[in-house]
Amino acid sequence: MPVLHSAPKIASNEGVLDALVAALGSMVVASKEEYGEIVLTVARSEIENALRALRDEHGYQQLMEMAGVDYPSRAERFDVVYMLLSVTKNHRLMVKVNAAENTPVPTVTTLWPNAGWLEREVFDMYGVIFAGNPDLRRILTDYGFEGHPFRKDFPLTGYVELRYSEEDKRVVYEPVKLAQDLRSFDFMSPWEGADYILPGDEKAAETPAPPPVATPKATETKADTGAGDKANEKAAEKSEKGDAK
Amino acid sequence: MSMQLETSPTTGDEVITNYTINFGPQHPAAHGVLRMVMELDGEIIERIDPHVGLLHRGTEKLIEHKTYLQALPYFDRLDYCSPLGMEHSYVLAIEKLLNLEVPLRGQYLRVLFAELTRICNHMMNMGSHIMDIGAMTPNLWLFEVREDCLNFFERASGARMHSAWFRPGGVHQDVPLKLLTDIADWLDTRLPELFGDALSLVVDNRIFKQRNVDIAVVSKEDALAWGFSGPMIRAAGIPWDIRKSQPYDVYDRMDFEIPVGTNSDCYDRFMVRAEEVRQSIKIMKQCLRDMPEGPVASTDRKVSPPKRAEMKSSMESLIHHFKLYTEGFHVPAGEVYVATESPKGEFGVYLVSDGSNKPYRCKIRPTAFSHLQAMDFMSKGHMLPDATAILGAMDIVFGECDR
Repeated sequence: MPVLHSAPKIASNEGVLDALVAALGSMVVASKEEYGEIVLTVARSEIENALRALRDEHGYQQLMEMAGVDYPSRAERFDVVYMLLSVTKNHRLMVKVNAAENTPVPTVTTLWPNAGWLEREVFDMYGVIFAGNPDLRRILTDYGFEGHPFRKDFPLTGYVELRYSEEDKRVVYEPVKLAQDLRSFDFMSPWEGADYILPGDEKAAETPAPPPVATPKATETKADTGAGDKANEKAAEKSEKGDAK
Repeated sequence: MSMQLETSPTTGDEVITNYTINFGPQHPAAHGVLRMVMELDGEIIERIDPHVGLLHRGTEKLIEHKTYLQALPYFDRLDYCSPLGMEHSYVLAIEKLLNLEVPLRGQYLRVLFAELTRICNHMMNMGSHIMDIGAMTPNLWLFEVREDCLNFFERASGARMHSAWFRPGGVHQDVPLKLLTDIADWLDTRLPELFGDALSLVVDNRIFKQRNVDIAVVSKEDALAWGFSGPMIRAAGIPWDIRKSQPYDVYDRMDFEIPVGTNSDCYDRFMVRAEEVRQSIKIMKQCLRDMPEGPVASTDRKVSPPKRAEMKSSMESLIHHFKLYTEGFHVPAGEVYVATESPKGEFGVYLVSDGSNKPYRCKIRPTAFSHLQAMDFMSKGHMLPDATAILGAMDIVFGECDR
């Protein structure tokens, strides 16, 4: 597919993926090239060696970023993604490892000093543990915060809210109370197989529709309108005229 | 402030060994809410432990609960000194996943306003850096320039700071011709005058140099290892600029130069920014000269909404408009990392899409995170007042650092 977008143009990816996979050998578990991005998935225990090889032998000098991603349906639910930059080759690379809550990822603070905070952030937000990080404290959340807020099963509103209490003269933490439910739209078309009951449809289940009658009920004559004598007279006149025609 | 008292081994008197003080969280020179726990030996900094996160708002989590278009205004609120620079990475990331073409005029407008943002940001940073050092006047003059920039943003988008003007596929609205001519006049007259005046007060000023020259020298190796970018890495003498090496939008048509530092100290960082302003003026003039006529946003109606006038007569446009502002557009599954040269350095967006109309994950790479982390080793052995100079030269904004 021709490149139409105007996002940053790095040096050509041609042959880079194959060369790196060959060089890293068994350390690479999976690799792909999509949207012009090379992504290598590396065995968790080998991440430090793989990144050292990439830094020292392949010229990826800078660790620009580390990102955590949560896929709750997987057994090893977290991805830790390392974004590498080569200022000499003008090239970028993403290296990934999978991790679970109880499987520590080897630290790369031995390779890049700035990995310290980046790992702290992933730990804080996702609870991925980095073995060997000398200072694995929380970084962005509040002092004494519990939980890992960026996990998909952590609610958007969180569990506690805080306010300044005039009585206690200090900030107090309380469970979240919302005056109004958080609006979340699923953007599903009800005609395209929504797997929930449409609002209002639940009433139909409570009071089932009356069964259809066998014989329709009708009045003896047209003049018998059921709307009082005056109307009956008028109807009688009309039906007589109609019959005469 | 706490003091640790110990007994001297020789005289038996009590002596002060180390101070531990809190710098911030509400310190004017902390550029926002930064708490730094400093260990001092007299007035010499022994160790700094920056505590960030006081402005953490969970932007990335919020973005996961919004459609792609609804998430855009969050980017203005990251680095509120250079809002359009933040939007730029995000819209480019979406366009990369969609492989969406942006019309030429849209690209030129983006580059023009990204550079205006750069000037705006540097005015703020240089002004406050100078003021942290102790000079008052240049800051006031530079804020005049910033005020002009904000007026231009207002005339283009309706908002002075939180523009939300870059959109996936281009920009939201075209600008009036008068705005472009006014910017051109301003670039020729008012900006160089005010900027030149303000800088003439400091660049050769003895006090300013004494406070900045040879402060926080960082070697090239350290700059690379600590993940520096932007003016910080250029001041270290590495000519690395994403606009030049990995051009996006129409930067590859622009003729500009990358200033680099020679000594890698705070003075160099300041002067790199000063030269970047001049280069930005050069880029903006080229944009104004070469900008073609034509649409400012993609004509792919599945991504970018139709004009309001069209909606009045075309049923299809009305439907497109309705769908785009309720459900939004779907982005094909995949992951990209897009980084642009924001005024403060490399600002990146790692966007994971699962094929729906909301981002599955949007990791924001702030420029300040790596720079601030280096605060400890950069200020080791310097005096306490140097910390403000180092911090000022780093150009840190907490909306972006804490997200």
